[in-house]
Amino acid sequence: MVKLRKEITPSPEEMRYVYCNALIAAAEKNPKIVSLDCDLSSSCGTKAFKKAFPDNAFNLGIQEQNACAMAGGLSATGLVPFFHTFAVFATRRVYDQIFLSCAYAGQNVKIVGCDAGVSAAFNGGTHMAFEDVGIMRVMPHVTIVEPSDPVMMRSIVPQVAETYGVFYLRMPRKTVYQIYEEGSEFTIGRAEIIREGTDVTLIAAGMEVVQALRAAEQLAKDGISARVVDMFTIKPIDADCIKRCAAETGAIVTCENENIIGGLGSAVAEVLVESKPVPMGRVGVKDEFGEVGPQSYLEEHFGLTAPFIADKAKEVIARKA
Amino acid sequence: MIQDRQVEQMQRLSADIRKETVRAIGAAGFGHIGGSVSIADVLAVLYGGLMKIDPKNPKWEDRDWLVMSKGHCGPGLYAALALAGYFPMEWLKTVNKPGTNLPSHADAQKTPGVDMTTGSLGQGMSSAVGIALGNRIQKRESYTYCIIGDGELNEGEVWEGCEAAAHQNLDHLIVFVDWNKKQLDGKLEDICKPLSIEQKFTAFGFDARTVCGYDVAEIYKAAEAAKTVSGKPHVIILDTIKGLGIKFAEEQAFNHYMTFDSEAAEAACAEIDKRLADGTYPRGDFRW
Repeated sequence: MVKLRKEITPSPEEMRYVYCNALIAAAEKNPKIVSLDCDLSSSCGTKAFKKAFPDNAFNLGIQEQNACAMAGGLSATGLVPFFHTFAVFATRRVYDQIFLSCAYAGQNVKIVGCDAGVSAAFNGGTHMAFEDVGIMRVMPHVTIVEPSDPVMMRSIVPQVAETYGVFYLRMPRKTVYQIYEEGSEFTIGRAEIIREGTDVTLIAAGMEVVQALRAAEQLAKDGISARVVDMFTIKPIDADCIKRCAAETGAIVTCENENIIGGLGSAVAEVLVESKPVPMGRVGVKDEFGEVGPQSYLEEHFGLTAPFIADKAKEVIARKA
Repeated sequence: MIQDRQVEQMQRLSADIRKETVRAIGAAGFGHIGGSVSIADVLAVLYGGLMKIDPKNPKWEDRDWLVMSKGHCGPGLYAALALAGYFPMEWLKTVNKPGTNLPSHADAQKTPGVDMTTGSLGQGMSSAVGIALGNRIQKRESYTYCIIGDGELNEGEVWEGCEAAAHQNLDHLIVFVDWNKKQLDGKLEDICKPLSIEQKFTAFGFDARTVCGYDVAEIYKAAEAAKTVSGKPHVIILDTIKGLGIKFAEEQAFNHYMTFDSEAAEAACAEIDKRLADGTYPRGDFRW
């Protein structure tokens, strides 16, 4: 059961701490969970796990490749390693280690990348993962999730812990919005329609869900009825939901905090072209590198905010037959 | 203490590993012969008595583990595993053939007895560190062994793994370096100077020793000696010769990967038998 909050407001708890507390709760039930960090446990918010489970938490220093392949070894012995670092290092830097020692090796490793997309803000372009979803999506048998709010994070982390396989969880570090009522529960692989609409469907993930909801409000003022889908599982994507939304609203706009090449928009497009295509547009980073600045500036600069989504929706609706 | 009888058994096993390796690669027609046979002796020590294993129960929780970090030497490992009874000897004829359980690079999901999937060099060291740590967390007494190529030491990740192993005081991790002096494109000295491998490991916090890598008694004794040193991971550098024991491979400078047939393989096996008979196994009169 998923229920939207009446008012969407910033979460008093930063996402990293929401995540860490959810991991601690999961580890209280499953003593096989271990945490790996690479000298970014302060940034990724995982210090409390070390305090709660000192024998199951390892800060390995600045050596992501080793940490990631070590995770494969820890998994081989029956443990459930969660590997934390910035999204750029969690995917781009250790791609071969995730591929061979985790995914190809059939291990049970959970990769957690914080500071996803523009949320890397003041760390700038070197640290701004726009490619992470795309490169992880082409790796076989990897599940990709991007929780959009704290309630969802608390619902998703236990599933990541208890479901065998390689997962990539991406998240912003600090501010997120509270979208869902306490007690809302989500199932990995099943997208949620969180606002009904008939003219267009806005399919969003992560921080873009709030932008999509705002865009739907703006569109409503113009007499356009926009449906909003929280597509928090980017792989395996909920193809049934996409097909249903395409059939019922006749137009799709995807909203993602990453490169539109390879990310959520590509995943949705793949489903559409192999079923019954409808006009579609993608809001996201248009094949650019990141840059430094406040997150609000970057959201505008890369065209990720509600007005861009609303404009794209109108453009797509105009293409309807 | 190792008995003479055990030494003789391990030496016989190493000869069988060499023979079955060269036959398996000969049946495939091509493969990584050089590095597969330079580790035949350490494999004979591991599967001939050093490792606590149960070939009928390859996933036994309290077993000792081996990570073949130089994953391209799968054929050597497969020969050892088949001889130890993990799977039928007939499988060795299927190396690299369609649908085989014995691919060129070690794959734990396909081959009974292979403890970790490897092939991208450097990663096996890390996963071995993870296995050693994981077993310690779960309070198992298991030893984790890892065989690394000397060319593989070019990889930075090996040294990241060393840092982690030393920091975690993983004294149930024993790394063997196959110091056969050659990598794919030529001699280590010409491509990326190894400097003193023992000094490098020592500097990284390891308990380090170097032994003749084709003397099973020395290898076994070195492992036993390593186990008496607590609080540190261990490395045993095996002074080996790439292709040793396989006459046609010994005679070829570039012997990392060779093309040959079953006839050549059988000739190599006959030479092994001859050396065993005249007491010169494994080296015969071969000298670089």
